Amino acid sequence: MSAKNTVGSYVGQAIERQEDAALLGGQALFSDDLPIAAGTLHAAILRSPHAHAEIVSIDTIAAKALPSVAAVLIGSDIQQYSDPFITVLKRPIDEWSLAVDRVRFVGEAVAVVIAEDRYKAEDALDLINVIYKPLPAVINPKEAAKENAPILYPEAGSNVLSERHFKYGDPDGAFAKSKHKVSIEIDYPRNSQTPLEGYVVVASYNKFDDAYEVNANFQGPYTVHPVMSRALRVPGSRFRMQTPAHSGGGFGVKQAIFPYVVLMCLAARHVGRPVKWVEDRLEHLTAATAAPNRIIQAEAAVQEDGRVTAFRFVQLDDYGAHLRPPMPGPLYRQHGLMTGAYDVPNLAITNRLVLTNKTPSGMVRGFGGPQIYFAIERLMHRIAIELGMDPLDVIRRNLVASDSFPYRAAGGALLDSGDYQKAIDLGVNDGGLDELKRRREKARAEGKYYGIGYAAIVEPGQSNIGYLSTIVPFKERQKAGHKGGSVSHATIHVDPMGVVSVTADCIPQGQGQATVLSQIVADQLGLKPEDIKVSLEHDTQKDPWSLATGNYSSRFSSATAVAAHLAAKKVREKLIAVAGQALNVTTDDIELTGGKIVDSKNPENFLKFHRVAGLTHWEPGKLPTGMAAGLSETASWAPPELDPPTEGDQINTSLTYGFLFDYCGVEIDPHTAEIRIDKYVTTHDSGKLLNPLIANGQIYGAFAWGVGCALLEEFAYGEDGSFLTGTFADYLCPTSVEIPEPQILHMETPTPFTPLGAKGIGEGNCMSTPVCIANAVCDAIGAENVNLPIYPAKLLPFIDREETAPPQDIALSQRQQTPDGGRAIVGEGNIFAPTDPETVWQTLLDPRHLAAIIPGCQNLEVVGENAYRADVNIAVGPIGGMFRAEISLSDLDPPKSVTLSGSLAGPLGSSAGSGKVRLTQEENGTRIDYTYSVEVSGKVAAIGGRMLDGASQVLINQFFKRLIVRLGGEPIEKPTLWARFLRLLGFNR
Amino acid sequence: MRELKSDRQHKITFTLDGRQVSGDAEPHLLLSDFLREKLGVTSVHVGCEHGVCGTCTVHIDGKAVRACLTFAVQVGNRRVDTVESLSNNEGELNDLQSAFRKHHALQCGFCTPGILMSVEHYLRHNSDPTESDVRDMLSGHLCRCTGYVGMVRAIMETAAKRKSGI
Repeated sequence: MSAKNTVGSYVGQAIERQEDAALLGGQALFSDDLPIAAGTLHAAILRSPHAHAEIVSIDTIAAKALPSVAAVLIGSDIQQYSDPFITVLKRPIDEWSLAVDRVRFVGEAVAVVIAEDRYKAEDALDLINVIYKPLPAVINPKEAAKENAPILYPEAGSNVLSERHFKYGDPDGAFAKSKHKVSIEIDYPRNSQTPLEGYVVVASYNKFDDAYEVNANFQGPYTVHPVMSRALRVPGSRFRMQTPAHSGGGFGVKQAIFPYVVLMCLAARHVGRPVKWVEDRLEHLTAATAAPNRIIQAEAAVQEDGRVTAFRFVQLDDYGAHLRPPMPGPLYRQHGLMTGAYDVPNLAITNRLVLTNKTPSGMVRGFGGPQIYFAIERLMHRIAIELGMDPLDVIRRNLVASDSFPYRAAGGALLDSGDYQKAIDLGVNDGGLDELKRRREKARAEGKYYGIGYAAIVEPGQSNIGYLSTIVPFKERQKAGHKGGSVSHATIHVDPMGVVSVTADCIPQGQGQATVLSQIVADQLGLKPEDIKVSLEHDTQKDPWSLATGNYSSRFSSATAVAAHLAAKKVREKLIAVAGQALNVTTDDIELTGGKIVDSKNPENFLKFHRVAGLTHWEPGKLPTGMAAGLSETASWAPPELDPPTEGDQINTSLTYGFLFDYCGVEIDPHTAEIRIDKYVTTHDSGKLLNPLIANGQIYGAFAWGVGCALLEEFAYGEDGSFLTGTFADYLCPTSVEIPEPQILHMETPTPFTPLGAKGIGEGNCMSTPVCIANAVCDAIGAENVNLPIYPAKLLPFIDREETAPPQDIALSQRQQTPDGGRAIVGEGNIFAPTDPETVWQTLLDPRHLAAIIPGCQNLEVVGENAYRADVNIAVGPIGGMFRAEISLSDLDPPKSVTLSGSLAGPLGSSAGSGKVRLTQEENGTRIDYTYSVEVSGKVAAIGGRMLDGASQVLINQFFKRLIVRLGGEPIEKPTLWARFLRLLGFNR
Repeated sequence: MRELKSDRQHKITFTLDGRQVSGDAEPHLLLSDFLREKLGVTSVHVGCEHGVCGTCTVHIDGKAVRACLTFAVQVGNRRVDTVESLSNNEGELNDLQSAFRKHHALQCGFCTPGILMSVEHYLRHNSDPTESDVRDMLSGHLCRCTGYVGMVRAIMETAAKRKSGI
């Protein structure tokens, strides 16, 4: 069809979003707002307080006895109706939707309570008694990869599940010949963009059809749909997944909802009623997902002029406790593109994948890009330092040349288009790099710490779903069948009144896809965007979908948007054919414009859009021969460039490749080492911008998260595996005062691989901004390297300043490194007892006395010689709950010294500790000296880290005070500051 | 102070977005859950339930308050306003909401109702803020999508227009 595209004015315009009014007015419905069936029950999940432990027993009787509780499910219950999740690697690493026999991270789901409402379900969690046998945990990926490490899956024989070596070109030859070898090791932390809306699942089960229905804020990819349906032992047709039109942020994170989808399906089946579960913030931060932390040894072979001839990367990627599909995607998403923006012909890669006792890794915006670009761009910065060159000169010397597109990178990426040198010119000139350099000079002359950092990266868009198969050798791929490609769908329906509706497979998470699709379709049909109704809730039973369906890998603008464009063209062509017959003109002369279908040679000869659309419904018999009646068109789009990996393991990992050039100036406070971003310039070539307002919104958002990753965000763990950042007061997200407004510059080199010319834009700054800031910080303080997040304490050693002495008499207890590297609360104290040491000794060793002395102790029983078990009710400030205590006495040296060891376990978490007590005879009594060390894990550690020192101290002081009272004395202690203050004012207390 | 029994339902009557409403709540029921679950006010979103993110912010007697840190029983006989009070029945957004739309100050929109309520309270008492003032005020909220740029622009523009009486 050669009909002229006479319109096209809406694509490219900064049109306000059609999504916004309902969101601003509070009328948009998110998952938790959707109506549910009467009688729906609510779930709450009991989670492991241990990083690694065997489950000895689970007692659910008391919880089940509550009248509001419908059921309590544990691992052995769900095994009856489900199977473990399929994994990318065929290894003995089964994960179920509830822990079976063993827990492998703090926060792992152990039991689920289904009750009348969430409050009652949570209350019932406290009545479940789980006995764990703790096992050694491993947190550091390097430690986990060692042969003698504690192994998460003993049947797998190792925590290292995959190790592959790749060579492209002749990296060994290039390194042998190179004048310089520059290397760096980076340790990229765990983080996540943590959407403000948590996971929501509503599930039901139809026992007559053996079919599950789910509505959940799952964001895809739908490669996971078969994973869920197979875990539920039903075909996909009997696992109906619906997703809402509005989701409160995704950032990849809402892919990892899938184990809960399966769990709630099983819960609904068990109770015979619909079940709803809403994740809370503690659950999300503890157990949802995180980008894999990664250690990369990066090395470059460099010529005298700064030209890089080879890269070598050795990567150790940490997937936490389970390998959930589509993991280990982040390790391979960039595989074809490991040379970044540079023309480097020789490349060696070693990829190792390791498990540790942390929350399973998953999809997070950037998806492998932030990690590898941190290594590449830090390395480019190091090359400049070691060769005495300007960092920007090293970047420019190595860029892929503008006349070489489409350019096949060493690893297989087919870089579609661009002009990287021109983009850098634009950034340097319009961003004012010279002025920034002058600012640095001036600041340094004034004795300030000021640095400039750069990053030049290639931003991939729309993943090749076959890239992950690169993890297995070619012969295995041949056997299993090659995988490659990416399919997207959109459907346009025009009703008898000419009203246009659009559905598509993009599963929006707030990016404004409905608006952009309305622009694309309006252009093809000669209508206005507000005439187009876009509905993006998705239903696997009614809407077309593919493995690639979903919201991830910046796929929208080169995938779903193209499918919608193609579907609109099909509708347009049909309308032209119908109108040509009705207007009696040749179709070449027909235009769609302003709601009319017009004979361009005679504009008086036209039909209104709705009239022509109506003909397809009202008079199907009179349509041109062979034409289908009605007006509904679905288009699918599968770009041919996305081939499976080759025999030589080359893989075109993505379809489009945009370019970013960032630079920034940072100033570091000479006293506090606080980092201030003085100026940030980000230059983008993302091809055609479909809606510049929305495109810039993506950049601002990715930049903000990049700043968060650079300076604040990290999921922190103790070496014992306890999780330490369970609130937004511990996991720090940047606010409006931490994020400056970046200067955004654009150039547009359309991709030749799609009819719209647009590339991905939503992930680039997640990849470029962290390393750009790190490069600037290193420039400011002269550090060789700095790992993220860069908080002031990491910079203090580099800053030349007078150290102020800490105030004396600060605190009795403090955090210290334990001998095994864990973090513990340690402290010491003394107290006076008005009796002889022998009496104190007898009291401590007598279980009846001990029961009275231990704060909150109930039911102390003797379980062995000098070994006791007790239920203890502990309440200190906001922390309170029942704990099971195990106490033993050892190293007995009567009546001089004894070691008390013990552990506490309860719904709030667990702790283990020991203390040494020494008795010394004094005049009129006994002096009792004690030292203690306590390690805490579970919920208390995650949310109450800041309060633990004080709480432990209070409990231990209580213990000894009660001992003194038991011995007939009054507790004597140093007056507190408050008591001294009151005494000063004349209050004698 | 009225004494409340922990396991009992207590009737609460108050003014919600200009209408008299009532409902029953146990003393431990959060205002956010009460509004959402019992009264169907789904425009009040819950983001962290520990007072950091600000998503659940509503007005109580005209003051911006975290609904997740307030018990339902605390609002008896008081005035509670949500984001739904800002637009009119004809679906017209107010000036601040329109400025948010114009400057692309929202993406997923989950945090937006709470932010609008804080900004409305703030602008009532600060008619001529600097950008730095606005950023300080906004720092009581978390938004994970936008980087706050559009919000700052929208708030500055609204403040200027309100001050000049446009």
